[in-house]
Amino acid sequence: MAQATSPPEARDDAPARRYSVDAAGLGRLRAGAFVAPALALITVFLVFPALWVIYLGLMNYRLTGVEAVNPKIVGADNFIKAISDPAFWDSTWLTFQFVLGSAVIGQVVLGFSIAWMLRDRRGTLKSVVEGLVILAWILPGAVVAFLWVALLDRDSGTLNALLGIPGFPWLLDHPMLSIIIFNTWRGTAFSMMLYGAALGNVPPSHLESARLAGASGWQQLRDVVFPHIRGHILTNLLLISLWTFNDFSPFLLTAGGPDGKSEVLAVHVYKVALQGGDLGYGAAISTIILLINLVVAVFYLRLLRSKK
Amino acid sequence: MTRFVAGRIGFYTLIAVLLAFFTIPLLWLATAPFTSDPTYEVRMPDFTSENFQMIIDHPYALWSLVNSLVLAVGTAVLVVVLSALAAYALSRVRLPGRDALLYALLLLSSIITGTAAMVPLFQLAIELGLIDSQTGLILILSGGLLPAAIFMIKDFMDSTPKSYEESARVFGASPLQIVRHVVVPLVRPGLATIAVWTIANVWGNFLMPFLLLSDVEKQPAAVIMYTLYTEGGQANLKVLSTFGLLYSVPVVLMYLFVSKKYGFRFHGGIKR
Amino acid sequence: MGLHKRPVAVVAALAISGLGLVACGESSGSGDTIELTIAQNAIAGGKNARSAGHLADWVIPKFVEAQKAKGKDVTVKFVPSGVDDEQYKTKLSLDLKSGKGADVIDIDGIWAGEFAEAGYIKPLADVVGPEAESWDGWAQIPEAVQGLATYNDKKYALPVGTDGRVLYFNKTLFGKAGLPADWQPKSWQEVLDAGAKLKSSGVPVPIQINAGTAMGEATSMQGVLPLLAGAGGELQRDSKWIGAAQPLKDALGLYQKIYGGGLGDPKLQQEAKGRDKSFQQFAEGKIGILMEGDYFWRGVVNPTDGVAKMADRDEVVGYTKIPAMEPGKGVRGQDFVSMSGGALRTVNPNSKHPKEAFELLAFTLSPEALKEETKDGNVRITPRTDVNKEILAGQPLLTYISDEVLPLTAFRPPVAVYPQVSAALQEATAAVVSGKTPDEAAADYQRKLEGIVGGAGNIAS
Repeated sequence: MAQATSPPEARDDAPARRYSVDAAGLGRLRAGAFVAPALALITVFLVFPALWVIYLGLMNYRLTGVEAVNPKIVGADNFIKAISDPAFWDSTWLTFQFVLGSAVIGQVVLGFSIAWMLRDRRGTLKSVVEGLVILAWILPGAVVAFLWVALLDRDSGTLNALLGIPGFPWLLDHPMLSIIIFNTWRGTAFSMMLYGAALGNVPPSHLESARLAGASGWQQLRDVVFPHIRGHILTNLLLISLWTFNDFSPFLLTAGGPDGKSEVLAVHVYKVALQGGDLGYGAAISTIILLINLVVAVFYLRLLRSKK
Repeated sequence: MTRFVAGRIGFYTLIAVLLAFFTIPLLWLATAPFTSDPTYEVRMPDFTSENFQMIIDHPYALWSLVNSLVLAVGTAVLVVVLSALAAYALSRVRLPGRDALLYALLLLSSIITGTAAMVPLFQLAIELGLIDSQTGLILILSGGLLPAAIFMIKDFMDSTPKSYEESARVFGASPLQIVRHVVVPLVRPGLATIAVWTIANVWGNFLMPFLLLSDVEKQPAAVIMYTLYTEGGQANLKVLSTFGLLYSVPVVLMYLFVSKKYGFRFHGGIKR
Repeated sequence: MGLHKRPVAVVAALAISGLGLVACGESSGSGDTIELTIAQNAIAGGKNARSAGHLADWVIPKFVEAQKAKGKDVTVKFVPSGVDDEQYKTKLSLDLKSGKGADVIDIDGIWAGEFAEAGYIKPLADVVGPEAESWDGWAQIPEAVQGLATYNDKKYALPVGTDGRVLYFNKTLFGKAGLPADWQPKSWQEVLDAGAKLKSSGVPVPIQINAGTAMGEATSMQGVLPLLAGAGGELQRDSKWIGAAQPLKDALGLYQKIYGGGLGDPKLQQEAKGRDKSFQQFAEGKIGILMEGDYFWRGVVNPTDGVAKMADRDEVVGYTKIPAMEPGKGVRGQDFVSMSGGALRTVNPNSKHPKEAFELLAFTLSPEALKEETKDGNVRITPRTDVNKEILAGQPLLTYISDEVLPLTAFRPPVAVYPQVSAALQEATAAVVSGKTPDEAAADYQRKLEGIVGGAGNIAS
């Protein structure tokens, strides 16, 4: 990661710069003091409750009923229940489609394309495009859900009116496509901004010499741009995959329906834990999501980290 | 030459498609609040102010926006300050297990933002006496957002040149002064991004404020938005669309402010 | 964003203000003032705004005044909510589990079992004392409605009201299809026949009986449970659950005839906002027959403040009892059936002032409070016969439900696992609507039921 945006000139002394130099003379002690407040807050309000969730996953704990007062340790029962439940596997598969479709393909490709198209531009056009994309990102989820219901509604939706196909039930016939496009719309801004910044760091001279050497647009991207933004791609993929895996907003659009056809794991957990009150099982699924995220993160790291 | 023209046409076609894709869903929010009897259909509004009057008369609506502001700004300040300090230290000093720790925290943060964490967080808040306290909520929300914020800011810090810090050190600046006067200006757009990212996250969060604040006077707009339904759970589009618009305006204003003042975009430093 | 300021100072200021706020939050009233709180899933300007208003503007001042006359200094604070029932339930459960929550709380009748088993609510006699059992209002509350508040033969709460389900129909559409305005079907076949006539006269959705998982409990209460009762079935008998028996297959069979036979709109059952849409469509004259509760009349097509107003409701909307599959084939040998639910109000076992809390609770259900609450077109069926007699006069539908429907209604089993069983039933209807046979769907239901109720041993064979 640390390498990601360093200028290529620095490559010669790469081993020395692998961990950044202590230029400010911070020293470990003071560095520790700088990290301490954040770490304290994270320990109390993140690590501790997260471990608690993992622990709850081992119990038959429920929101109400006898199991709320006297929960018992059931060991791996919740995990066995999950992996032997076809609904869980359906949700997992839908989640992969959702992450791959809306985050990896949708947001990354669209975000990069916008950043690439607008890289040399200044002025109104750039501000308007970027502003609109970012608007979709910062509007509150509850409002955005209404916007998309109004867009995709079967009877009076804007899309059907524009396409002249009144009555076409997008959310029922193509629930996954709907939430994938929805989430692409919603989240592209982050990737766009990140790649916009990354492209700004690609030395124009390198691109220029590639162009003079007769490299096609694609070759320039692959040979000049990509090596420079590799680290950014990694950060970007890691974060948006993680966020999309845990994204609950499809619930506001389809409520997981019809008949569970868009019930991604985050929605599944909501249904199990909040609507069903089965907190132990919900916690177990959350833990499984964590493990899947771990695997995905390791995969990205292997794929993109410091291939020199 | 023809290739150039074709390229231009292609470029502007793509831009037009993009603009349409990002604009069309927003139309409803621009029309429904001004319509007397809004449905999900986008229609020419009759420009009534009646819906806004309903929100002004609503006992909690406007105040809830103030609460949202308190929560969002409070969390953003905490997250930006703490993550900047931590990211700087992690970027400049090799602490053992640094990367693994960051990845682990990042992964754990995903569990804490999910539904399953509601019981531990609720009971934690009770034990620490942070229930029904906006400050408590700010601390809890910050805990969940910090790992990703540190992760992102560290990326910026890694790519800023160290020479300025070295010269500042030669002139006898303390590390905290160096952060304030040298590093922060360099990564300011990045910090602004984190701030807006935090604000947007907190602004839309429903479940945690709802569970942890019981006094309706402290509830943010996200919670009030969910109360604008009828007994049978039907959406009251008159108030919902109007409140939705008012609820969106502050985040947009905050974004415009930050964007104008700090050059809102990711930025990898001053080298060009 | 505050970055020019010294970061340390900002953090310190935040931390200090945090401590201050926490400290304020913990302060409580002084000496001899009794502070009570009352919580409902209602909020001014939002969900159930009228209940919230009634509580804040009438109940609380009157109660405080009455206590003052008795020489007691009481203050009452209303804690509004106004969110989804599931979210309200989650928050209430977490509060009660942690020894918190308002002194007087509202819960849905169907949560009584799970809350009681978790110890979140306790028998009123234990929390309050003998005065709860000897409350003079009990004499006015019908046995069946008292049953809502009873768990394991103990009274856990006071019932707040009840409701009933009927078939609504559009008289205008019926006229065009050559059907009578005083329609009263005596069997499911007559409902289907009417549907077929409506269809051939061009009605887009002849019959809407809720199905599927998207509508949640509405599918159970205004759908599969009345049909199950109409086929002579029950969910549970003599503490054994009933799985894939004939009545369930019959009920699912009716769904198959409606949604497989083009008499209903299967897509509507899958939509996230399907029930809202069914209301809208009924109001627009697109639905012929709709199974709904009295809420539909009071809150949906109400010409003054409904969510899908029908200016001509009183002339156009007909209503009739839900027939059994065939006369005499219903549960308990009935010709007609219905389902009822209702809310409960009780004293939080954690209350510091349970006696006064009970007085407040009883006051909200006193005749004068109920009459005040239900005036100005806000009529509903209260738990008290004495009050109902007065307020339901001039309310044809509510009188009809109170007089004709409630005597033959049924209630859901008030046990902790009911919500899960209900969800399994909804999935069975969803399966039939999207093309499975009733037998398959019933068999799936039985399998899920075994998992929910702890094995086949708890299911009647």
